[in-house]
Amino acid sequence: METLWYCLVAIMIAMYVVFDGFDLGAGILHLHVARSDAERIGVLRSIGPVWDGNEVWLLAAGGTLYFAFPLLYASSFSGFYLPLMMVLWLLVLRGISIEFRNHVEGPIWKPFWDGVFCLSSALLALFFGVALGNVVRGVPLDASSYFFEPLWTDFRLGKEPGILDWYTVLVGIASVLTLTMHGALWVVLKTEGDVQQRARRAALSLWWGLPAITIVVTAVTFQIQPHIPSRLNSQPWGYIFPLLALAGLVGMRWFTKRSRELESFLASCTYIVGMLTSTVFGVYPYVLPSNSDPELGITLYEAAAPIYGLKVGLAWWIPGMLLVTAYFVFVYRHFAGKVKAEEEGYH
Amino acid sequence: MDALTIHRWHFAFTVTYHYLFPQLTMGLALLIVLLKTQALRTGCEHYDRSARFWAKIFGINFGMGVVTGIPMEFQFGTNWAQFSKSAGGVIGQTLAMEGVFSFFLESTFLGLFLYGEKRLGPRGHWFSAMMVFLGSWLSGFFIIATNAWMQHPVGYTLGPKGEILLTSFSALLFNPWVGWQYLHNMIGAVVTACFVMAAVGAFYLLSGKHTDYGRTFLRVSVVVGAVATVLMAYPTGDGQGKKLTRHQPVTLAAMEGLFRTTVGAPIVLMGQPDMEKLELDNPLEIPRVLSFLTYNRWQAEVKGLDAFPRDQWPDNIPLLYYSYHIMVGLGTIFIAIMALSALLLRKGQLYYCRPVLWLLMLAFPFPYIANTAGWMTVELGRQPWLIYGLMRTSEGTSSHVSAGNALFTLLGFMGMYALLSVLFLFLVYREIEHGPEEVKT
Repeated sequence: METLWYCLVAIMIAMYVVFDGFDLGAGILHLHVARSDAERIGVLRSIGPVWDGNEVWLLAAGGTLYFAFPLLYASSFSGFYLPLMMVLWLLVLRGISIEFRNHVEGPIWKPFWDGVFCLSSALLALFFGVALGNVVRGVPLDASSYFFEPLWTDFRLGKEPGILDWYTVLVGIASVLTLTMHGALWVVLKTEGDVQQRARRAALSLWWGLPAITIVVTAVTFQIQPHIPSRLNSQPWGYIFPLLALAGLVGMRWFTKRSRELESFLASCTYIVGMLTSTVFGVYPYVLPSNSDPELGITLYEAAAPIYGLKVGLAWWIPGMLLVTAYFVFVYRHFAGKVKAEEEGYH
Repeated sequence: MDALTIHRWHFAFTVTYHYLFPQLTMGLALLIVLLKTQALRTGCEHYDRSARFWAKIFGINFGMGVVTGIPMEFQFGTNWAQFSKSAGGVIGQTLAMEGVFSFFLESTFLGLFLYGEKRLGPRGHWFSAMMVFLGSWLSGFFIIATNAWMQHPVGYTLGPKGEILLTSFSALLFNPWVGWQYLHNMIGAVVTACFVMAAVGAFYLLSGKHTDYGRTFLRVSVVVGAVATVLMAYPTGDGQGKKLTRHQPVTLAAMEGLFRTTVGAPIVLMGQPDMEKLELDNPLEIPRVLSFLTYNRWQAEVKGLDAFPRDQWPDNIPLLYYSYHIMVGLGTIFIAIMALSALLLRKGQLYYCRPVLWLLMLAFPFPYIANTAGWMTVELGRQPWLIYGLMRTSEGTSSHVSAGNALFTLLGFMGMYALLSVLFLFLVYREIEHGPEEVKT
């Protein structure tokens, strides 16, 4: 039951990254690919009806994590206090930059919010990568299962690590690159004309960075967290997850070259899911490893809520998720196809 | 300031600010459904335009509600880790359900409502308005269920190490505390929305522009508002008060400023609690009414603060007392304002009665104050407990987050929210100034 919820929470987080990832990526890229106001409105329209729903995955995943693994929620959220608060501020800024941009005309208002939107999207992508890096590297848990990390110490992987060190920043950069690529492919899918061409060119040149950084991050990760390669060696079926990522990586280029827009976007989804599931598989059964003593790491059995709560949770989670799937299928079909310039919309 | 005080301020500040927005959107969702229903029934473009105008105001408020709401869920973990660790298995259920059942519903259909009117057609658009309403009211339910469990914990046992184990999911959802608190809260949101809509309507009539719309806004808001303000007092406020009498008698005594146990207790209209002498200064009272309101008997004995050990008293009695009295006082005034407006509306004089239009235009901030004071009453009244009778507030904070770090982020939130307020007021003013006449593309 605990393992089941471990997988479910992982799926929800992956859904969040896949869905909100493309609108983060679109945010990072839109200054570059969309030059005129009309073009930028086009890009915003492509995410307008869905970004809010995408962000709900974060809330739903957070809530699910909360009731299924209360100890993990308490320990990691208070330990990552500072970066999480900054993530919240960035989410606030990003949300209002989308919402407020089109309310006022003029040469100052719109470029200002475009800048905020781009910067907050990029920093969020970076922070999410950094957070993942922290979890993989392990955190300085004490015997009470709590910890607190300052933003940075000496940028090394010592006994007293900070949120930012060279490894977590590396993962952060990989995350920015991945999500920018993801966003570019979304923009290619949803737009036409110049914007689409620019996004396509961006995707093709960004792609070269991905295999490079994937290899570097993977190699370094295997050094830093030897638990991951040993998991893969003891349970070789787990190689399916990295293979998934690899397939996505190849598919992205293959399909983009052939202008198969939907397929290349899905390949990017596959890459993201592959990378995340590889990590989740690799750190299992830990949910929050320790950076020094493996004994201090929190496993899912320690973190999980009692069995009654997990069972009851399943009873509403499954129908709830079926409903959510139905909404998403409906909305994405409803807004399927290219964004039209003269489309309605007010908010 | 110690860490506990800052963590409390952190939550209090962010949640108070956050709730300025949902209280409007939850109420407005209902009013928009009413406008859309009228549009569907009459086929009149006028109501569709009205609904579109309020959808814009709704959109800005909803955006603010979302961005200020995300920090709320996170703060349980960041600032209240020990509480989350013990109680997460219980209240995490309702919080996760809010995400899964209401936020997805709400955001999905809001996207459709704002971006898909032409594609959906009139019925589809009405339906999406209805779903937004349903989603936001469901969201309110899960939050109240969470709060109700902290006010009146049910459906749990304590494990061998003192951990809180959920034993009954249905008891959590159908906590006897939920019913009245939920209705009281949601109708409070309707009251806010009615006063805001009435204020815009009165503003249009007084400034002589968009007068057709001004009349529609006044008519809808005054009719709904007259009903809602009465429902606030009876039965929902009354019902909530009786729950409190039974389950949190010490809170009742503190709210009412009743320092000594009294037979035939009076209700205090005015007076300032003096915590040194433990009495009220210059009290203005109506005899025996408190006994009647709480026990339905004029001669009933109501327990005062002296009946409880001091470590059970709420830790800020004057603030609790004032919050409660501000809420009740304003609520009473709202009933009077809405009743007067409804009377004039019925006689066909409301649109021409300038003093009342001025009153309606200027009254809109007060429901915000009353709703905030209501929540302060609930939350201060629960003190010194975080989970009533089970866990003290001082035991719930994050042990590893220092006062300095918490103050840093509290100041950060204050700065950011100050900026947001300026932007918000600017945009809402522009939309109101612009009016419902034409649709912006």
